[in-house]
Amino acid sequence: MATPEQQSAAPSAYLPAQAPPGGPSAPGFGPAAGYGAVPAPHPPAFAQHPPAHAPNPALTHTPPARAPKAPASGTGPLARLRRTADTAPGRLRLLAAGLAVLVLALGALTGWEVNDRTQAADQVVTHSQPLSQNAAEIYRSLADADTTAAAGFLLAGGEPHDVRQRYQDDLANATQLLTQAAAQSNGSDQAQNLVSQLNQQLPVYAGLVETARADDRQGLPLGAAYLRYASNMMQTQLLPEAQKLSDTEVSRLDSDYRDAGATPWFSYAFGLLTLAVLFWAQLMLFRRTNRVFNSGLLGATAAVLVLLGWLTTGVLSANSSLDQSKSRGATPLQALDVARTNSLQARTAENLNLVARGSTTTYADQWTTSSKADATALAHAQQLAPGAAADSIGQARQQFTVWTQKHDAASAKNDAGDYQGALDATVGTGADSSQPVYQKLDQDLAAAVKVEQAEFRSAAQDGRDATVPVVFAAGVLALLAAAGVLTGINRRLAEYR
Amino acid sequence: MNTKSRGPRMRRLRTAALAAVLATPLALTSAQAAPLQAGDRPPAVRAAALTDTPSCDPTKSLRPSTDESGPAVSAIKKRGVLIAGVDQNSYRWGFRDPATGQLQGFDIDIVHAIAKALLGDPNKVQFKMVPTAKRIDAIKSGSVDLIARTMTITCARLNDTAFSTAYFQAGQQVVVPKAAGAKTVDDALKGKRVCVADSSTAQDYLEKNPRGQASLTKVGNALDCLVLMQLGQVDATLTDNAIAVGQAAQDPTVQVIGPSLTNEPYGVAISKSSPDLVARVNAVLEDYRHGPWQDSYHRWLEDYLGRGAQPPAANYLP
Repeated sequence: MATPEQQSAAPSAYLPAQAPPGGPSAPGFGPAAGYGAVPAPHPPAFAQHPPAHAPNPALTHTPPARAPKAPASGTGPLARLRRTADTAPGRLRLLAAGLAVLVLALGALTGWEVNDRTQAADQVVTHSQPLSQNAAEIYRSLADADTTAAAGFLLAGGEPHDVRQRYQDDLANATQLLTQAAAQSNGSDQAQNLVSQLNQQLPVYAGLVETARADDRQGLPLGAAYLRYASNMMQTQLLPEAQKLSDTEVSRLDSDYRDAGATPWFSYAFGLLTLAVLFWAQLMLFRRTNRVFNSGLLGATAAVLVLLGWLTTGVLSANSSLDQSKSRGATPLQALDVARTNSLQARTAENLNLVARGSTTTYADQWTTSSKADATALAHAQQLAPGAAADSIGQARQQFTVWTQKHDAASAKNDAGDYQGALDATVGTGADSSQPVYQKLDQDLAAAVKVEQAEFRSAAQDGRDATVPVVFAAGVLALLAAAGVLTGINRRLAEYR
Repeated sequence: MNTKSRGPRMRRLRTAALAAVLATPLALTSAQAAPLQAGDRPPAVRAAALTDTPSCDPTKSLRPSTDESGPAVSAIKKRGVLIAGVDQNSYRWGFRDPATGQLQGFDIDIVHAIAKALLGDPNKVQFKMVPTAKRIDAIKSGSVDLIARTMTITCARLNDTAFSTAYFQAGQQVVVPKAAGAKTVDDALKGKRVCVADSSTAQDYLEKNPRGQASLTKVGNALDCLVLMQLGQVDATLTDNAIAVGQAAQDPTVQVIGPSLTNEPYGVAISKSSPDLVARVNAVLEDYRHGPWQDSYHRWLEDYLGRGAQPPAANYLP
């Protein structure tokens, strides 16, 4: 077998010895077709058979007469193409152009498809995940503001400083997150609408709570009526909207994850097609010229193979990082958000039950439902959480147990008619109050959120970055392949000169 | 009752009319912002005649008794705490002191007096907040022993619950923003969005005697109407003048417009199956009318309803 080196050393050594197997019926790529008079660059080859005088009869099947006739048949590009295809070097040129276009198109397609994936992954990292977390935080801040307002109201003789501070922090946090969400949630009309509704309603809610406070300080029961009105607005308008916003952002995150993990089928299919065409071209050349290898085309084939290999590696590595960002970040975060929301709902129910003072069993029932759901959600969140976060959630679960015990004790006091005792055991600052326990639980969960957020970010960034080099590689390899195609075929073309 | 002769029925009607007349000074003083005219008395009498069907005098209650051997009273004594349904939204009647968190007001004083008589300690009370619409349910389900919550004794309600003797005489009036410039009840209600407490006598009244209101908004508590009125979502509130003046006291930009449309005697609601408790509470009220009532009135209501008011006289079943 001849190596490419040997082949290029004696490019036309075998040419005269054997007629191309295609025979006279097939259009030939061999030398000495219509432009048979072109001098060959390698004189040794022609020492045996001067092509100008003795064109291979097998390759002259294209009547030379047609060449002069062709110009008369038209002047358009199609006609010119047909004229070019009529001659063997013309056909070679077309083949070269076709192959070059094919490999460049493969490069472009791969680059485009991978870039789409990378952008979707970037969207996950910089937009949809932070926004879905944002939305969960907005819900939490709003619900916490409502609970804290109720607690502050329950604490007679002016609310303590940290209760007031907590309410203000909640409002400030919600406002800031809404501003961020408004700036970032480009694209989704529904999200924008919800954010703008929340932005309009939040100041109204805050105003109602302040009116409630001002009235309450003057000893007017009107304050309690305002607080009920404000709380009702929060529960029936703002929180459902925040929940909808959260759902919207989570489904957007899921769709971005799908896009980021999309298999580049077009690139694979087109890559295989390119490989097949390259193989076919080499086979044809071999049949016409009897040269086994064309180094240029071989190089192009290798470049395409490397491109497909690189693509596969990049995609697989990106998928693994993205899967990890989901399994160790986004998914446990969502479970954790559910647990935090349930904790908050249980706490709200506990507080509002004291505000309602037995006028309804709604809040007692809500406590039962929410605390049950919270126990399940906490267990689920711990199960999904990665190492350090699982420890924090474990601590939160211990706090949860203490909290439910304190709740039962407070509830027993309330049932026995000791309203003040129940109040102290629920919103007071003393040792037997569930307030510090709930706060500790909330802090533990917040710590777990931080850990999982960090896990998410590092893995998702890896996933995004894994496919970035593939885009460049695809470009460079496609150019190399095109260069290989052109040099390879130029060699053959040169034999006509 | 139907078999009774004409005489007592006439007398009952006269009593009701007298009660309405007696109530008028309250209405007069309560509506300081909108002085009543001399012609106010006849509508009040008409209203009294409208609400009292000949066969029913709602203010009649069981004769008082200090016997504590009945099942309901012994149950409370055994429990050691009186469970009372009250309101925390009625200024001067049942409301929270924001400094101490304690409930206080005219209704609350009566509950403390009952607790003191039954259990020896005025503070052995578990207060339960009961929305206006849930008062009957709370009594029927036994979740409270009694309800002292500006609750009007009516014949319809007597089908579901028993009442003590009347401890206060009120009537319905309209609360409107001063800016509305209404002079009469018709001005205040016609074509307006009116707010009432759900299942209140005000709702009953407007449903039976529409005053051309554009719409009727029902809320959990009459005070919620003031919130809606301040926020511009309703134009007027129909409620008992006792509550109405409390609203005017909380918001100097609203006024109470008379005359009283109805006759509203307040009583302590107690389950029909606890006649022993009704009799015991009536005995407490007997004592309460002489001294404590006036002290409580002076403390909570005099500033808004005027000086020198007296409790309605007890009216007992034969």
